[in-house]
Amino acid sequence: MSKMNLLQAINNALDIAMSTDPSALCFGEDVGHFGGVFRATSHLQEKFGKARCFNTPLTEQGILGFANGIAAQGMTAIAEIQFADYIFPAFDQIVNESAKFRYRSGNQFDVGGLTIRTPYGGGINGAHYHSQSPEAYFTHTPGLKIVVPRNPEQAKGLLLASIRDPNPVIFFEPKKLYRAAVGEVPDEDYQLPLGQAEVVREGSDITLVAWGAQMEAIEQAAQLAEKDGISCELIDLRSLLPWDRDTLAHSVRKTGRLIINHEAPKTSGFGAEIAASIQEACFLHLESPILRVTGLDTPFPLALEKEYMPDHLKTYEAILASMNY
Amino acid sequence: MSDKRLTDAHIVHDSVFVDASALQIPTLRILQEDGTPYSDAVLPVLDKTLALKIYDTFLFIRALDERMLASQRQGRISFYMTETGEEAADIGSTAALQDDDMIMAQYREQGALAFRGFTPDQFMNQIFSNEQDLGKGRQMPIHYGSRQLHYMTVSSPLGTQLPQATGYAFALKAQQKPNCVICYFGEGAASEGDFHAALNMAGVFKVPVIFFCRNNGYAISTPAHEQYAGDGIAPRGIGYGLKTLRVDGNDVLAVLKATQEARKLAVEQHQPVLIEAMTYRLGAHSSSDDPSGYRNKSEEDTWRAKCPVMRFKKWLIHQDWWTEADDEQRKQQHRDQIMTAMKKAEKVPAPPLRDLFTDVYDQLPWHLQEQQQALIEHIRKYPQAYSKTAGRVDHE
Repeated sequence: MSKMNLLQAINNALDIAMSTDPSALCFGEDVGHFGGVFRATSHLQEKFGKARCFNTPLTEQGILGFANGIAAQGMTAIAEIQFADYIFPAFDQIVNESAKFRYRSGNQFDVGGLTIRTPYGGGINGAHYHSQSPEAYFTHTPGLKIVVPRNPEQAKGLLLASIRDPNPVIFFEPKKLYRAAVGEVPDEDYQLPLGQAEVVREGSDITLVAWGAQMEAIEQAAQLAEKDGISCELIDLRSLLPWDRDTLAHSVRKTGRLIINHEAPKTSGFGAEIAASIQEACFLHLESPILRVTGLDTPFPLALEKEYMPDHLKTYEAILASMNY
Repeated sequence: MSDKRLTDAHIVHDSVFVDASALQIPTLRILQEDGTPYSDAVLPVLDKTLALKIYDTFLFIRALDERMLASQRQGRISFYMTETGEEAADIGSTAALQDDDMIMAQYREQGALAFRGFTPDQFMNQIFSNEQDLGKGRQMPIHYGSRQLHYMTVSSPLGTQLPQATGYAFALKAQQKPNCVICYFGEGAASEGDFHAALNMAGVFKVPVIFFCRNNGYAISTPAHEQYAGDGIAPRGIGYGLKTLRVDGNDVLAVLKATQEARKLAVEQHQPVLIEAMTYRLGAHSSSDDPSGYRNKSEEDTWRAKCPVMRFKKWLIHQDWWTEADDEQRKQQHRDQIMTAMKKAEKVPAPPLRDLFTDVYDQLPWHLQEQQQALIEHIRKYPQAYSKTAGRVDHE
């Protein structure tokens, strides 16, 4: 075990992925010599050479088209989009190409070797264009897998699993936690399962589900609720597509109540999908309506970021509303 | 005949591959390093008033960038970007335009905005995201915009302004306005797909637009030689049917001259133009960046010696339009003015809560009304957690 922050865990996973798979390439804007604007790819060029870890020209659609080509040829493409806010020029390549490569060719061709890493979310005074959580645009796209880690140990195992999964994966990294989240990380090569949620804390009265950086908000809210004698079960969804409905439904059948927390805006956020599916699966077990605590239906602000965020206090209020329904 | 391709224009009988050597693009330079013009140089149209306005904007921007970078280091603001070393490019080109020509900037063109008359208070209000910011405190520092000054609000995504500039210019032409659009971007942004769409469409539609590339050597850490393999950005303009000119971006007279001519082509002939200004980003990409990780000091020193402000100052002194004493005095005035404006802006409160919700649409739809009401009630319950808005939430 070593103490690492989230960036170091990601860097360590990339190092292992490139060491164990000689066909793995790591590229994107500024990822080469500089090691990326957040330094997630530090020293990879030094260690693996310019042919395997390199800067690309500044074109997200180019990066993803290029990555699709590399993966279609059979190599392992680990592409970085510098901020999730800048993924949209690549939307066509991801949604129309990466996601449908296997299906449209009758499995003659695929880009399963593709992993897209990208930092997402608020907490760095980044306003509209350095804070967004665009996961729901992609969870609406059959053929993609979507993964979001909550801490360093999870990031390493989930990233290795994403890189080695034979499907294109978007790996959203909570940039707010890059240096803030520090924890013990196993030194060895390990993978955590995609498509499986984790019950982080068991409880009996209400289920709280989140992913990535928002796990912190629901944990703090659960602590507040505990003082009122409310026992919260906390679930980290970890994978948003495909997502682990069974683990969540099992929990909600037990507690009868569910709060979903995500940073992205409410309308058409992934919380809507969860609420609809859990309502279908657990209708007769529900004691109160499923509630969503989310970002506002506004662009991500700057001066009033605190007001925008679905923080622990808003989550705590939702817990009380659900309990007192 | 609708097929107007020139398929028989120049036939040869053995393979001839064309490369960059076929296209020797010259660079326009008027001022030598010592501040004297080349003997055969054709000077731009420039009187003393305009020359001193340009130079005064140089001094203001130097003072602003220096003070704001220091404020970022002190933790007074979250973020800043300097344009040090590139002042001649944006200020010199904007000086060639009419005040109602549209500017569509990338993000490192605060000099163009200052030239148009954006005040120190307006800069500070934006940088401090306070309630007097024209953008209502919604965007990161340096994302300026002013409808009054014909300066489109800056958006961080790279290159998006390029095809918009083509469209804006198309609309100007359609409405027979005697104006053009100038669109700034870097050599990095020129790798974006939007760049290619913009130039192609401008060439096809023959619109009054000047694409102004600040080729400053770096896109964050990525040097130009890892950005493109051809001879810079200029040849692309020719490929798309634009009149193209490369200029020494640290020579403000050359930039001014190039842009004055470009404006004539754009406005009088609806001929889109690409100008590539060769310059150097002397500072970091932003306050979040540290260039010592990717380039060496001696390279920076080489370019520091080619300072555009210095070169122009020498010329002004040769003209007897400026003295070193004027220089010192004016620098101090700018520093004082900026400091005063900063202290004032720091004390202005954050935007009110309603500004979180307004302007998403022209009017507030039901779901935003609902979310606003819920948020007000929540803040009333936990005022200590939302200190920026709690004190005023009852007046919303």
